Amino acid sequence: MRIVVCMKQTFDTEAKIALTADGLIDSTGVTLVVDPYSEFAVEKGIQFKEKFGGEVVIVCIGDTQAETAIRQCMAMGADRAVIVTDPAMDGSDQSATARVLAKAVISQEPDIILGGFKSVDSGSAQVMLRLAEILNLPHVNVVTNIEIGEGKAIATRELDDGVELVEVSLPAIFTAQQGLAEPRYPSVKGIMQAKKKELKRLTLADLDIDPTSVGPANAKVKIHGLTLPAPRKGGRIIGGEIPEATADLVKALRDEAKVI
Amino acid sequence: MAGVWVFAEAKDGKFRRVILEMLGEARKFADHLGEELWAVLVGSNVAELSSLLGEHGADKVLVMDNPNLAAYTTDVYAGVTLGLINTYQPTAVLFANSNMGRDLAPILAQKLDTGLITDLTGITYGPEILFKRPIYAGKALVELSFAANARPMLLTIRPKVFTPAEPQTGRQAEVITASADLNALTLRQVIKDVIRKASTRVDLTEADIVISGGRGMKNPENFKILEEVADILGAAVGASRAAVDEGWREPQYQVGQTGKVVSPQLYIAVGISGAIQHLAGMNSSKCIVAINKDPEAEIFKVADYGIVGDLFQVIPILKQELQQALASA
Ligand SMILES: Cc1cc2nc3c(=O)[nH]c(=O)nc-3n(C[C@H](O)[C@H](O)[C@H](O)COP(=O)(O)OP(=O)(O)OC[C@H]3O[C@@H](n4cnc5c(N)ncnc54)[C@H](O)[C@@H]3O)c2cc1C
Ligand SMILES: Nc1ncnc2c1ncn2[C@@H]1O[C@H](COP(=O)(O)O)[C@@H](O)[C@H]1O
Repeated sequence: MRIVVCMKQTFDTEAKIALTADGLIDSTGVTLVVDPYSEFAVEKGIQFKEKFGGEVVIVCIGDTQAETAIRQCMAMGADRAVIVTDPAMDGSDQSATARVLAKAVISQEPDIILGGFKSVDSGSAQVMLRLAEILNLPHVNVVTNIEIGEGKAIATRELDDGVELVEVSLPAIFTAQQGLAEPRYPSVKGIMQAKKKELKRLTLADLDIDPTSVGPANAKVKIHGLTLPAPRKGGRIIGGEIPEATADLVKALRDEAKVI
Repeated sequence: MAGVWVFAEAKDGKFRRVILEMLGEARKFADHLGEELWAVLVGSNVAELSSLLGEHGADKVLVMDNPNLAAYTTDVYAGVTLGLINTYQPTAVLFANSNMGRDLAPILAQKLDTGLITDLTGITYGPEILFKRPIYAGKALVELSFAANARPMLLTIRPKVFTPAEPQTGRQAEVITASADLNALTLRQVIKDVIRKASTRVDLTEADIVISGGRGMKNPENFKILEEVADILGAAVGASRAAVDEGWREPQYQVGQTGKVVSPQLYIAVGISGAIQHLAGMNSSKCIVAINKDPEAEIFKVADYGIVGDLFQVIPILKQELQQALASA
């Protein structure tokens, strides 16, 4: 079974966000990691390989720094990777990202395609579904479990008030929600092996994509500017013995904050 | 034809509040463009909800009522909604940022080769309309616009951000009944089973008050005391990831970066340290209360009110005090 996992690199979730003088996200000193939702997908992919055999291929669009994240996935157990690096991709929107991913993914002839239902940086939650539509493959979105059967799979999809089991035939796309698989820590052996695994570097030209068809000029959605939310000010610690403090709290919530 | 559409997702003959919030904002959006506000009702046994949509500001209600639309599946819903969009050519379509909206909107965006802005939290009306949404789990905000050729504009709307439309009794919308040949659609997703978690509680993302417990709760049984406080307040009960990882609470109640984002009027964090990933999910609450025995806990830095103390002492007293306060209110 060939499992393709779409993986993106992003900021560590601990990172504080600041803006540069030009009003862009300041990445100085920020640790870059595997997007946590992509990571759930990578882990699930490796679990499938361990159970059914086959291979796990990571597909990533990113700059050369993203290769660190790819090695991390390889250290976990992914077999090889394809990275699309092209300056023309800077400032591309999800529509272009999905179009480029589609070419890279389908060239691998996958049986299963996994990715995050959203990423923790853009949080756009649309790349994988756009990909499904472009590739004309069935998908199940926001899943916490996938059971593989003969030529088909049943995935547990999250609902607002529960879950449902959805069956699709393979190949299909599944997007990971937290809970799908708990990412493992790479072993020392895994880290050593990762360095030797195949990493194929492609440009848009290699995928037959015209670089002028992506980028900000072709974005369906344009970025106007970034701001930081007003920081929250710490309020007041209500002192005194617990019974008095608790009574004061309730009074404050009613009379001051007027929220109860 | 044109118009601003609200995809009025209904469940069990009711709308979640976010639908009324969408109608409230979509009215302004439509007025700004000088267009009509349409509500789109797709489902089974939904036609009778049309009047409610009219009362909440819809000029027209487009109804597709069919027993085979009782359950949501991507292919059927995307198929019929695409048909409606192609027939009536709306300028914008608003979906709730629910599990349905999250599934339907990206598929439609790609079918229509247009743009989609998810998790919308603000609109600024000017010569160019700007749409605001959080990125980096709310640590930054981005303002976006749609390219001139990206129509319809597709959006998913975060609950509890926009002001709900006020009902105007007797206001009526023109109802347009649409039908579709569902047999013509290929169905690739087959629903094998649905497991609903029956809960009498308000939805976490729609609640006015949320009380969440963390690792400090020590075991699943102790959450009962939070449930009791929640009952008095009509609140939803959330949890930190630590409490979810311990198996004390269901994952769907996790608040934070990899959980739900909530912005209630009042958020009470009990035995939660205030890790940055937890803050990402509740930072936009109007009022935050922290109860924690560690005075150095990060949560106090964002809390409007804090009590430093043992939660097992504080919560029972809090319950009593709330009972009294609300009885005398
Ligand atoms: C990629 C990633 C994503 C994450 N996503 C999320 C997320 O979505 N949501 C989330 O919550 N976390 C998330 N986390 C985890 C996060 O970093 C923290 O580990 C987690 O929030 C800690 O939960 P906690 O505050 O309940 O536990 P702890 O940090 O262990 O805090 C427990 C607190 O309880 C207090 N306490 C203990 N006993 C008592 C008592 N008797 N009375 C009063 N106070 C008491 C302690 O003083 C302490 O402050 C994520 C982490 C990563 C790496
Ligand atoms: N540049 C990228 N390279 C590879 N996969 C991506 C990329 N961007 C998004 N994805 C995948 O799509 C998921 C959802 O991302 P998004 O739609 O941007 O929130 C991610 O978790 C990845 O699995």
